[in-house]
Amino acid sequence: MERNEILKKVNDVFIDVLEEEVSIKEEYSSYDVDGWDSLTHIMLIVETEKKFNIKFLSSEIISWENVGEMIDCIEEKLK
Amino acid sequence: MVKLKKVLLFINMYTFKELLKFKLSESSVYKKLNISLLSDQSCQFLTKSIIGYGIKNLFDLSIWEAPINQIDSQILNPKSSFNNKNFDITIVFESSHSLLKKFNSTQNKETFSGEQFIRFKELIEELHRSSKTKVILFNFYELNDQVFGNFSSKTKNSFIYQLRRLNFLISEFTSTISRISILDISSIQNKIGSKNMFDSSLYVNYGMVLSLDSNPIISKNIIDIISSYNSIFKKCIILDLDNTLWGGIIGDDGIENIKLGNLGIGKSFVDFQYWIKKLKDRGIIICVCSKNNEDVSRNVFINHPDMVLSLDDISLFVSNWDSKVDNIKNIQKTLNIGFDSMVFIDDNPYERDSIKENIPFITVPDLPKDPSNYVSFLSDENLFETVTYSNIDKDRTKLYQTEYKRVKSRSNFTDLSDYMINLDMKSNVELLNLFNIPRVSQLSQRSNQFNLRTIRYEEDDLIQIMNSDDSYGLVFDLRDKFGDHGIISFLILKKTSLGEVFIENWAMSCRVLERGMENFVINYLQEFCENQNIDFITSEYLESPKNSLVKNLYDKL
Repeated sequence: MERNEILKKVNDVFIDVLEEEVSIKEEYSSYDVDGWDSLTHIMLIVETEKKFNIKFLSSEIISWENVGEMIDCIEEKLK
Repeated sequence: MVKLKKVLLFINMYTFKELLKFKLSESSVYKKLNISLLSDQSCQFLTKSIIGYGIKNLFDLSIWEAPINQIDSQILNPKSSFNNKNFDITIVFESSHSLLKKFNSTQNKETFSGEQFIRFKELIEELHRSSKTKVILFNFYELNDQVFGNFSSKTKNSFIYQLRRLNFLISEFTSTISRISILDISSIQNKIGSKNMFDSSLYVNYGMVLSLDSNPIISKNIIDIISSYNSIFKKCIILDLDNTLWGGIIGDDGIENIKLGNLGIGKSFVDFQYWIKKLKDRGIIICVCSKNNEDVSRNVFINHPDMVLSLDDISLFVSNWDSKVDNIKNIQKTLNIGFDSMVFIDDNPYERDSIKENIPFITVPDLPKDPSNYVSFLSDENLFETVTYSNIDKDRTKLYQTEYKRVKSRSNFTDLSDYMINLDMKSNVELLNLFNIPRVSQLSQRSNQFNLRTIRYEEDDLIQIMNSDDSYGLVFDLRDKFGDHGIISFLILKKTSLGEVFIENWAMSCRVLERGMENFVINYLQEFCENQNIDFITSEYLESPKNSLVKNLYDKL
């Protein structure tokens, strides 16, 4: 899957969970998006796993600084 | 990992995301309840799911979460925040993961369940003693580290042995205690699988043992219990016959060809009938509503060797060519219970839709197409939650059958008073005692129509009233020539000052309304008060959604 396709799908997850028409960028983190708090963060991760049919390691989840790093991780798993 | 979505759809439940979106609506009336949740982990998702399911069931729930890992201190410390507030419901959830940690650091593993049981016994007793809160206690889901392999089941040193023993001890102990229910999370895990209930990354990163998607089924079961505590429960099943109790159509196939018995799909219908029979044995009223000639339907019950249900199990047998909507309305009139306490089971989606459209409050489960899934589907729906069970439940079918005979006999008399004289009614009146208290408590929980102030009494409340000098409890039973109704009414009187009592509540079973019992009770009350040197009786009617029947009762009497 192409990187921008991954980003689009991740954006769909954000829209679904946050119930807002957001347009996220790779450099975004929770500071940049309204409604992205510790609880919705968990939902975002779980729903992303479902969307791509992958499982993140606990250590991976902790390591991301922004959306881009999460996408790196997704890309790796889809190979 | 099994696709949880597939499992959830089968159970026919809301998804976690859907639950979060439910909001209170202005056009509905909600019952407000205060709930506390004591747990060893963060339960924010569970809390939100419970609130969402609550809204769907017309509850407006406020949930207070105690700080994590303070189950014991919050309950046992009289100065704790928990003990300084009042909660209608208290939920206690300790995870098996916590229990395992405790087990791992215990020296003497063989006595672990005994020690933990003593701890839980103390917590339960304190909760029961210190307030009127109703408790929902999670049991322990199974975590099997298989340190001993399958041998784990038979060695006292294994965690699974100790966990199962602890669950059993708690079950056994709580069977004698009112105001506590077990949330059987162990069974829930059996249904959806431990790999679906537990999400290791949620656990490692956030300390949560429940996966996001297991919250709906858990919160549904919690709301089922809360509904039961609030006297909302199902009392009756109305059953179709063809392709519901047996395979095929009796009118077309004939008794030799319907599928019922040891071969093939016939087994599934036998299993289904056993399930219905067990519900009948625990006090659920079973009615038949079928589009068939009555003699043809009855014939199967009488003559088919593999029928599990007999005519004795059926309170009302309705089999004709009228519309099921009309038939069900008549059944409701005869039984005199609310449509919302009835469940209609029919394999035919057109019949189901017709009932759903015309009788909105009745519950109509959408049976799966394959009869071999009937029992698992209906058991997953958990339609028959309860928080009480007494001896009178077993006899309920017989009570309704004799009632039907009375109703039929009534149509033979044109004058109501002739009918009543002919009934030859007798009533015994007693003060509250330990033998009649369970039934009186149950009557106060179940009766909605003839219930002057809708006050529900637990057994403990009634024991206090029995022992107190300031109050009286009068208990009335009723017999007539057709049979024994058992205890059907009670009066709770509180002394307000010298020579004066207040009727704290008066309730009567809806089965015996309009038979002159009301007059009998008032007459008896007058006599009783005269004997006790009481000159004034005061009373009050408190309106509720269901008791408009008795609005003018006091004026009339």
